[in-house]
Parts: sequence; structure tokens; C-alpha cells
Amino acid sequence: MSFPWAQEYKPQGTVSKWVDERLPLPRLVYNAVGAGYPVPRNLNYFWNFGVLAGVALVIQIVTGIVLAMHYYASVDGAFNSVEHIMRDVNSGWFIRYAHMNGASFFFIVVYIHIFRGLFYGSYKAPREMIWLLGVTIFLLMMATAFMGYVLPWGQMSFWGAQVITGFFSAIPLVGEPLRQLLLGGFAPDQAALNRFFSLHYLLPFVIAGVIILHIWALHIPGSSNPTGVSVKGEQDTVPFHPYYTAKDGFGLGIFLIFFVAVTFFAPNMLGHPDNYIPANPLSTPAHIVPEWYFLPFYAILKAFTVDFGIPFTGIILIPAKLMGVLAMFGSILLLFFLPWLDTSPVRSGHYRPLFRKFFWYGLIPSLAILTYCGGKPPYTQWVVLSQIAAAYYFAHFLIILPIVSRIERPLPLPNSITEAVTGKPLPAAA
Amino acid sequence: MVRLVAFLVGLFFSGMLLLGLGDTVITAIKEPAVPSVEAEFHEETLPVSFAHDGPLGKYDRGELQRGLKVYSEVCAACHSLKLVSFRDFAALGYSEEQVKALAKAWKTEVPSINPETGEPATRPAIPADKIPSPFANEVAARAANNNALPPDLSLITKARENGPAYLYSLLLGYRDQAGYKNEDGKELLKEFPEAATPAGLHFNPWFANLNIAMAAPIVSDDQVTYDDGTKATKEQMARDVSAFLTWAAEPKMENRKSAGWAALGFLLVFTVLAWMSYKTIWADKKH
Repeated sequence: MSFPWAQEYKPQGTVSKWVDERLPLPRLVYNAVGAGYPVPRNLNYFWNFGVLAGVALVIQIVTGIVLAMHYYASVDGAFNSVEHIMRDVNSGWFIRYAHMNGASFFFIVVYIHIFRGLFYGSYKAPREMIWLLGVTIFLLMMATAFMGYVLPWGQMSFWGAQVITGFFSAIPLVGEPLRQLLLGGFAPDQAALNRFFSLHYLLPFVIAGVIILHIWALHIPGSSNPTGVSVKGEQDTVPFHPYYTAKDGFGLGIFLIFFVAVTFFAPNMLGHPDNYIPANPLSTPAHIVPEWYFLPFYAILKAFTVDFGIPFTGIILIPAKLMGVLAMFGSILLLFFLPWLDTSPVRSGHYRPLFRKFFWYGLIPSLAILTYCGGKPPYTQWVVLSQIAAAYYFAHFLIILPIVSRIERPLPLPNSITEAVTGKPLPAAA
Repeated sequence: MVRLVAFLVGLFFSGMLLLGLGDTVITAIKEPAVPSVEAEFHEETLPVSFAHDGPLGKYDRGELQRGLKVYSEVCAACHSLKLVSFRDFAALGYSEEQVKALAKAWKTEVPSINPETGEPATRPAIPADKIPSPFANEVAARAANNNALPPDLSLITKARENGPAYLYSLLLGYRDQAGYKNEDGKELLKEFPEAATPAGLHFNPWFANLNIAMAAPIVSDDQVTYDDGTKATKEQMARDVSAFLTWAAEPKMENRKSAGWAALGFLLVFTVLAWMSYKTIWADKKH
């Protein structure tokens, strides 16, 4: 698709020829993930995670469809139907634990995939559209995961739904009616559970659709690479198959070993014990916390503690709660603007000394702190840490990155991918 | 334009966060957090290990059978076990006949109707029945328990952090509050005189808020007579019932672990083969 030297699909035999003339689906696959797609030869293991995310989605859809055959979306029956799956359905415990931990592993691989994009500048021209579609997938994943967590109708399911839909009530004027519209009532109940189940079943297929667009957009410029230098000729690339199918096969094995180890030997490690207590609208858990993959955003939400108003008048323009909600959504939405905030023409962080410092010593620690503090009760030390980390997070993307792009002197780039591979080594990280 | 707006938004959010930071610090200095009685006197779980711990652990059938005896003679007076059926007890090593006998002899009968008159009635349990609950409904349970609701125990070890050890600690954790000191030597009622256990509750430093509605269920050695001759010390009974309830919450644990080893073995072979083909295919390409 992308490069003139890409191998062309040549149907062998009469059947393949007959099919190719009528519906060239094998040709499409050949050009998408076969020998017809030339890929830079220098990709490192970070480039395995796109394929792994695709595998994780397939695991979720397959296990999810089987679970839906046994699950019963009712406030009286949902909790027990999950336990019925765990106890009485043949291998139901495996399907359920695989789905539960599959969600966590989907987020792990997607977070590494996003990290790859951030460090190697995969969002820059000409790949902005891939990035925009990727952020869209991320948002859809978050919505899907949230609604999936509600389905077992345990304590955290119920109170998580209560808190998250409560965000909308912070919006002035329309907030409360909007929240009631989303829930189909005044509090999470049968109407909410039914619609969450319906949407939880629908959204993965929407995600699959956006992934097709994501890959389509990828095939226009072709894959990026660790040097960030564009492909100059045939010697810079290898065909996706067999080179990267083989490498992805190995990466898949490693991924599945981790996935299987957690699913079979510590299946509840990433979950919260309270979700094994049936939902009780009359009893609020001591600490309501979301799943681990939402913790950084939850920490940002909680980090806003002062109202924004006109000093000494007592007039409040934006209450702290609303600001927290805006900032939490903003922390993800700002990623949509990243291609236009980071204006440096150099893609790879390897050749950007200043960017690299802020990335490793600023962004990554602040995200780690936010994840850690997000799960903690609101004690002073955790609030202080999340306020510092959240302030850095916003400053990093919205203030520091545009300035760094302007003042930074990048290191000299290799002339080509092949030169980087055969001659000059990459500068050491950090 | 994008960068100007971004700069202003970034300045606003970061600025409000730093203002909040100052506010948090000033508040913390002006009104230092008062240590709570829970923070000072809540105890970590006691060290205890079970046969089923770890990736190779299997349930100890004898322990589970003893635990069932403790549950049926002590806990079942107040706590239901709604998600477990009598037929599931076959997994504890009982024969079909023994399961039938266990069901038939269970103290609480199963709600039913009189086949002649249609009036509500009860009948002896059969293996297909779930364990019958001691109280007909929540109101009855609360009425009999000083308005506290004894939780269902089917999932209790998964519904608490470090469940089996928590349960063991809680069962053995009843203390006399008068003169109670923690490991630092602080005396609870001297530090927090207002934290005296209210009437009708029971002091237990392993319970989240230190005061639990349940009276000590295991009060003396030999409260239960074990069929296998094991000496029924308080520790033994607490251990056995914790193991039994771990099984009740996770009856498929042994299947899970053995399937896990099979899956890991398969994946190890797969990954080695995949690595070898990766190396072979890339052998002539520098990258």
C-alpha cells in the first residue's frame, strides 16, 4: 500500500484467482498484515504492543460473548448469576477470570502502546490521524471497562456507578437531569444495569471498527520506528510477514505467560474485595476506588480542592468538584491536541535531550505517583503528592512540551534507518 | 492559537492545583490530623498458613471436613451459606451416601409447601438443595441479632483483604477492652476514653472499627468434637473453619491451579518455538 517496492499479491491456483477477481479479501489481508506491507527493519519490542492490544480485544470479545450466555442482567440476579458461572458452568471460572483479568491486561498493553507513541513521537506528521483514532479507542475502552465493572452488581460496581455518573451532576444547570437520563432513574438501578449491559456488549464492536480505521490510517504513511527517521528505500524495510509475524508470535507468547500466570494463580490480585459483596444501596463502602487503570484520572479528580472564584467577594465561578471533573476529562482530551502542541520535527525521544529529561524525570514519575495516590484515602500526604503530580501532568503537555519543542537542540539524526542499524548505535536512553 | 489556548488552560489547571496544594498544606499545619482510634489500634492479620496457599497448594480434605463441622455446629446458627449446595460437599471427600445423610440431618430444613394443603411447610434437605439459611429473611435475622445482620459466608474470604487470615484472626481476636494495650504499649481507653465499646457490641482489634456485633463464636477448647480425633483447640477450630470457608468461596481453586500449570507448560513450549523461528527468520537481517 505505502511503498512502491511492496510485494504484490499473486493468487496461486484457480480458486484464489476466482476469489480475487470477485472479492479481493485475501489481497486485503496480504497487504495489511502479510508480505505486502513493508515495515521498518529496526522496530524494537515496544512495537509488539499494537498487535497484543488487538489480541487482548479478541480475548475480551470471545470470553465476553460466552459470559453473556450465562449472565443475567437483573439487580436481584446479576451477582448470583456471576457466582453461578464461577461455580456451576463448565469451566465458567476460567472464562470469568480470563475476562476480568483480560480487561486489566488490555489496559496494560494499551498503556505501553501509548507510552511507545509518546516517547517515539508516533503522533507527529504524517501520523496524526492514527493518533486521534487511538485516543478515541482509549476513550471507548474506558467507557466499556467502566460499564463492564458495573455488571456483577457488587458493592464497588454499584458505588462506582454512583460516583462516576455523579460526575455529570457537577455540570451546572443540566447536570442532574443529564445524570438521571444516563441512569434512567435517580440512582443506579435496574434501568441503569440493563443499559450498561447493552452498551457493554455494543462498544467492543465499535472499538473493533475504530481499530480498522486506526490500521487503515497506519498503512497510509507506514509504521514509524525507534529512530523516527522516515523510510528512504527498500533496504530500510522488511515485509511484515514473515519478519514481524514471527516477532509478534514470540511477543504474544511472553504476553500470554504473564496473562496466564495472573489469571490462574492470582485472579483476584487486581480486583477489589468489596466487589464480592452484593450491591447494597444502603451501605457505602469505606473507600470507593475504581479499577487500577482509572486511578491516575481518579487522583486528578480528587486533587482539585479549592473553588475558583473572585477573591475576597465569596463569588464562586467554578466549584472545586466541577473543576476536578473538567480536569479529569481534560487530562485525556488534551491528548487529542498533542500533535499540535509538540512542534519539534524530530520524532524519536532518543534524539531529543531536553524532551527526554522531562519525559523520564517528569511525566513518568508524575503518572506513577497519580496511579499510587489514586487508590489511597484522602490523607494530607496523598493529596499533596497528587496535587504536585497533577500540576506537573498538565504543565508537561500544555506548557513545557510546546516550549521544549521550540528551544531544544536535537542531536544529529542518522541519515537512514539502515545506517542506524548497521553503523551508528542509538544514543543511550535517559 | 492551539498553543496559546493550551498554555492558558495549562496555566489555569496547574495554578489551581498549586493553590490547592498551598491550601492543603496550610490546613494540615493549622489543623493537624488527629490520629483515629482505628489507625492506632487496628491490628494486622495474624500470621497463618494453609495447605492451599501458593501456586501448588491443594485443599486439605480433613481440614475442610473439620471446618464444615465447625460451620454447621457454630456459625450456621446465624450465618447463611447461600451459594453452596449439599452436593458440593462431595468435593470435601464425602461419598454420595454421606452427602445425602448430611443434607437430611441438617438442623435447618428447607422451606417448602405441604403437598396436600398448599400451606407453607418445611422438608428435610436433599443434595441438590442449597444450604438452608438459619433465618427466613433479613428482618428475622436482624430481630434475632440485636439489629445486626450476620453476613452470608459463601464469599466471605474473597470479600475481605487477605480473607482466610483475616477470618482466622477475627475469630481469635476477641479481647477484654479494659486495660487493652497495643504493641507500642499504648492503652486504648487511656488514649481514647470515648472509644469504649458500646453495649451490645464486642471489642475485637482485628475488626475494621474495633467493635463487632458478633459475640465471640469460638469460646473454649473442645466446643466441637471432631470425628477424626483431632484435638479441637480454639486455634484449630478457627483454622479449620477459615479453610472450609476459603473452599466455599473458591471451590474450583484446585482445577484452576492445575489448568494453570498445563497452560504455562504449553505456553513455554510455544514461546521457545516462536523465539527460535523469530531468530531463524531474522538471521540474515541486521536490526
